[in-house]
Amino acid sequence: MDLITNLSLGFGVAFTPINLMYAFVGCLLGTLIGVLPGIGPLATIAMLLPATYSLPPVSALIMLAGIYYGAQYGGSTTAILVNLPGESSSVVTVIDGYQMARQGRAGPALAAAGLGSFFAGCVGTLVLAAFAVPLTEVAFKFGPAEYFSLMILGLIGAVVLASGSLLKAIGMILLGLLLGLVGTDVNTGVARFSFDIPELTDGIGFIVIAMGVFGYGEIISNLGKHEDEREVFTADVKGLLPTMEDFKNMVPAVLRGTALGSVLGILPGGGAVMASFAAYTLEKKTRLRPGELPFGKGNIRGVASPEAANNAAAQTSFIPLLTLGIPPNAVMALMVGAMTIHNIQPGPQVMTNNPELFWGLIASMWIGNAMLVILNLPLIGMWIKLLSVPYRWLFPAIVLFCAIGVYSTNNNTFDIWMVGLFGFIGYLFIKLGAEPAPLLLGFILGPMMEENLRRALLLSRGDWSVFVTRGLSASLLAVAALLLVIVLLPVIKRKREEAFVDD
Amino acid sequence: MSMKSQKDFFSGLLFMAVGVAFAWGATNYSVGTAARMGPGYFPLVLGILLAILGAVITFKAMVVETEDGEKMGPWAWKPLFFIIAANLVFGLLLGGLPSLHIPAMGLIAAIYALTFIASLAGEEFKFKEVVILATVLACLSYVAFILLLKLQFAVWPTLITG
Repeated sequence: MDLITNLSLGFGVAFTPINLMYAFVGCLLGTLIGVLPGIGPLATIAMLLPATYSLPPVSALIMLAGIYYGAQYGGSTTAILVNLPGESSSVVTVIDGYQMARQGRAGPALAAAGLGSFFAGCVGTLVLAAFAVPLTEVAFKFGPAEYFSLMILGLIGAVVLASGSLLKAIGMILLGLLLGLVGTDVNTGVARFSFDIPELTDGIGFIVIAMGVFGYGEIISNLGKHEDEREVFTADVKGLLPTMEDFKNMVPAVLRGTALGSVLGILPGGGAVMASFAAYTLEKKTRLRPGELPFGKGNIRGVASPEAANNAAAQTSFIPLLTLGIPPNAVMALMVGAMTIHNIQPGPQVMTNNPELFWGLIASMWIGNAMLVILNLPLIGMWIKLLSVPYRWLFPAIVLFCAIGVYSTNNNTFDIWMVGLFGFIGYLFIKLGAEPAPLLLGFILGPMMEENLRRALLLSRGDWSVFVTRGLSASLLAVAALLLVIVLLPVIKRKREEAFVDD
Repeated sequence: MSMKSQKDFFSGLLFMAVGVAFAWGATNYSVGTAARMGPGYFPLVLGILLAILGAVITFKAMVVETEDGEKMGPWAWKPLFFIIAANLVFGLLLGGLPSLHIPAMGLIAAIYALTFIASLAGEEFKFKEVVILATVLACLSYVAFILLLKLQFAVWPTLITG
């Protein structure tokens, strides 16, 4: 069977002692940095990216995959223990996870997150290995019109399942698309919106926006609150493993979360964030077993399911990246950057030109996952100590790491001035109640959307109907329209708000 | 004219302003036709869309009732100032400013300055603690970024190293 041959090729590449070491080091570093509040997988990868420049391509990507998983689990740890989501996808983990920690059940919560993630990761790896090849064939059917429609679908999907005001989320996407256009236009070489600043002709750095808006904006907002409101909780963790009763509740939740996450992860623009929101919503809709705690009061299902969905989606989100070359989210966009540095152009050709790399990466993802469980379950006690560091020591350190991370990507102080500006903008967004995640997505997709729109209309000689006359493109747009209609229906809208606002 | 949601009102204004700015800026570049788009086409369309959306949001904010008026709340000027300042001073010390003949002072000095200024943003400032914190961060960063990750930073002032 192809699947087995391919996987064994992959494991043959990834299972060398030196690569295992890189996976381990990546996981360890990722967890260590990801566990810091405010530093998600994005910032962690951005910071550690330069460390992988000198490695051979396979090892570099394996290490990055390790960092990614480490950082993601680290973020969940922070979410559960101190009620601070380290990244947007662990926002829902906070709801029940923190309640469990307050009841002294941080151990089972952390274990549920870890085990759920591991199971989901295994399934995700299999899905990735099994469907990457057929999906690549689909990829060859994609012309510019289809890509454009696909990106529209991705953006709409992100808006629909994000929390908060729908109109403002669309506004943030448009803003992101516009910011993404700053810099040299690839077709004509015209420098757009660069105000004659040479650094701006390369465009605004992605990391600059991410660090400024998420890192600095969040810190400023946290410091603006009174100390009682950002109470950091460090109870003793009693008992590491979930009870039999917990397992009975957990297993179906993990299964549901895994299935949902695997599907959503494939959609570009969806990724882990949508998956965890959707999984939590789904769990809330299922009936409570007798004697079970309600959601929002420390129900273990509210931790296990989103975490599983999150990890399954993280895995399958490699599919659009490796087969279509479209980064489904901000983190994957960084992975594209890392690949280009190693002279690999992500897309359908990776699989044929570079099978060792492709399957090696898939195998290393599973290894990274297994590494996580081995690494993290025994380390739970230590994380709590790390997190008992007072916030007044923690935030200068975070500011420092952000500044160093930004500077080190280009060795250019201009990026530091820009991150200052975006820090202010990020705080402004928080004050305005505008979520920055859609902005980042738009920012990444902006140049690609323009490119494909131009190409599609060039081929059709300016005829806009090309997007609806081509079957695949039309169905993608139809799905996008359907999603939008569903969310605009008042009844469902109310339910959506109910699911995200309360607790 | 009353405001039903302060947050949405100003978000709308922001979107409108940015949209108009981008659309207006886009007219400086050749716009072209749908079949042959110039560099101004896409930003012009997006800018107009954003401005319209901003207008809708502002309008809604003045018409649709909300429970608490969705006030923006007080601004945290102190942390805002000190965090941004810490960041800017860090960049200034690390890289210098050749146009103003300010020499680079290197990573270590920049870390001390950043830690001190950022700490002022917090509620309490204990001098001894901040010195220790800055020293720990400086040592850690030196080991992690210079020794292990081998990033190309100026570590010491250029006055000394030349």
